[in-house]
Amino acid sequence: MRIKMMHGAGGEAMDELISEFILKTFKLKSAGSVSLDDLDDGGSIKYGEEELIFTIDGHTVKPIFFPGGDIGRLAISGTVNDLAVMGAEPLAIATSLIIQDGFAGDDLKRILQSMDETSHEVPVPIITGDTKVVEEKIGIFVITAGIGKAKRIIRDSGAKIGDVILLNGGIGEHGFAILSVREGIEFQSSLNSDVSPLWSLIKEVGEAIGWENIHAMKDPTRGGLSEALNEMARKSEVGVEIWESNVPLNPAVKAASEMLGISPFDMANEGKVVMFVSSEYAEEALKAMRRHPLGKDAAIIGRAVEQYKGKVIVNTEIGGRRFLEKPLGDPVPRVC
Amino acid sequence: MQEAWRDEILAKRVLVAIFNKAEKLGREVRFMDVCGTHEDTITRYGIRSLLPKNVKILAGPGCPVCITPVEDIVAMMEIMKKEPSILVTTFGDMYRIPTPKGSFADMKSRGYDVRIVYSIYDSYKLALKHRDRLVVHFSPGFETTTAPTAGMLWEAIEKKVENFKIYSVHRLTPPAVEFLLEQGTMLDGLITPGHVSTIIGVKGWKYLTSRYGIPQVISGFEPLDVLISIHMLLQMLIEGQAEIKNEYERAVKYEGNIEAQKKIDALFNVVDAKWRALGIIRRSGYVLKKEYEEYEIRSSYEVNIEELPDLEKGCRCGEVLRGLILPYECPLFGRVCTPRNPVGPCMVSYEGTCQIFYKYGSLYG
Repeated sequence: MRIKMMHGAGGEAMDELISEFILKTFKLKSAGSVSLDDLDDGGSIKYGEEELIFTIDGHTVKPIFFPGGDIGRLAISGTVNDLAVMGAEPLAIATSLIIQDGFAGDDLKRILQSMDETSHEVPVPIITGDTKVVEEKIGIFVITAGIGKAKRIIRDSGAKIGDVILLNGGIGEHGFAILSVREGIEFQSSLNSDVSPLWSLIKEVGEAIGWENIHAMKDPTRGGLSEALNEMARKSEVGVEIWESNVPLNPAVKAASEMLGISPFDMANEGKVVMFVSSEYAEEALKAMRRHPLGKDAAIIGRAVEQYKGKVIVNTEIGGRRFLEKPLGDPVPRVC
Repeated sequence: MQEAWRDEILAKRVLVAIFNKAEKLGREVRFMDVCGTHEDTITRYGIRSLLPKNVKILAGPGCPVCITPVEDIVAMMEIMKKEPSILVTTFGDMYRIPTPKGSFADMKSRGYDVRIVYSIYDSYKLALKHRDRLVVHFSPGFETTTAPTAGMLWEAIEKKVENFKIYSVHRLTPPAVEFLLEQGTMLDGLITPGHVSTIIGVKGWKYLTSRYGIPQVISGFEPLDVLISIHMLLQMLIEGQAEIKNEYERAVKYEGNIEAQKKIDALFNVVDAKWRALGIIRRSGYVLKKEYEEYEIRSSYEVNIEELPDLEKGCRCGEVLRGLILPYECPLFGRVCTPRNPVGPCMVSYEGTCQIFYKYGSLYG
């Protein structure tokens, strides 16, 4: 077998790569209550009475500068968000830069400045790093690892029947922003990536309703909301029911998705969080989210139900019902 | 504007009317869509889950990529082997369609130059960019896609872009519906494809109703369009009418797009043609006329392809295309056959009924 692009595109092919290659090869996989086998957003390290969360993310986005952000902002946000959705306050970041021979110094400076600004927003210090220059035509890859500390670790698998599902804003913005530049498509209004660090928003909710009342959390990145909700339904062994018309959608994303025939549910986000909270705290959680600038469009999109365990049910805009499946891989437009 | 066509309250009202009519009729009725985009709307919005039990929606041969003959794909690949410098373009789903001799994707991995395009225009641009190379667009599609193909060819002819050619596997939709009716697929009404109708008009479909007594409603692609069309069909059945009505008046004219029809008629002849998994259908294929045949790659290369099996053993794509079964009735669906490892063409194309069902996780009835 050869590794193909689809093995990195989220979806079933990537699941196969991870389980057949990575999980079967590594044997030492646990340092705390969350191990590699859990395939959560990060792993945990037992340290005395406490547990630390540790995570890493490689960033290879093309183009490196895109509407609403750049690879630097993405690299800090991605890792901060993986910590944050486990309920962990980011303590420090490590970064590795792999740079192509001949890469423009000005561009590198811009990327580093963007990383610096984003780290201030969190705030989280970048305390160590590594730099390599290579001949391969890669442009630049930015890899970041992060460590954080959680009062209470929040897992993908903690959702309970009856939980209410919140989302902090419009879906698909990152994916469509990237696609629009890559394909040279102009949309009627500007389409910006949502790339942002989410720790302060998540903290706002956690402190407002109590961390124990957030039962499960995930950032719907590659594979979009479809992938995230399916993962959470499967790992938590609950059914997930959502109302399509409650899911926030920026009009530009809507237009792009209609035009290209790609579902916004399958498109990547870099500044969104899905939260399963106790139903009695749902309204309070929503208010807390909306107080934050990154949550002003927050909405209750669904709930965890008894029926169809492990699956996601959508009530469509006109009231029909179907399953929401994981995306098949990189979305491609339909012909005709 | 679009929003109104997805309004839940309006949809509920139409549904109440549909339930009333269906009850009045009392018997089971079967309507067929013959367009991948209709099937997409029906499945994506869960329309089957909303309808009364006695109103069944079948999916017909609405996927031009699925019905493209195996022999044509193989012939194109043979031409590439004879002339490896050719740059071949086609659509993303066509690229992956399996045949007993492999796919265009396999040709690509063997080093041949095959590129995915979103429209024939992209292919034409490649021909302008690489004037020293022969660019061939492997061109599937119904009337809706034949129109831009004709437009692009006219430009190539006028501007004498001689390094641009097509391999036409274009097909006409009404003859396929006629074929199904003759073969005995039982239908009470047709949800007639709006996009095709923008080109051929109401008049292009009319003969099906007069000859076979089958009610038709030309329908748009929003969920309310489809619901209203279903209601209109039920109404005709109650009144014992067999007519063709136009729900998609905002886009479809009685005469259709006369300009496009002229361009197509001037370039193409209509001939008997093979449809994968269906067989030869009378007067259902477009081939370039003698005087323009230099723009058809087959006129420069002779390849003889023996007849090949249409489908792998066990694949029921043929019955899916005929509207005899829905995908979940095939034992391979979702188990052996998935979009990642498709067994048949219905699972490969974005317009294939099997892929649509798989993608949208239809709640089976």
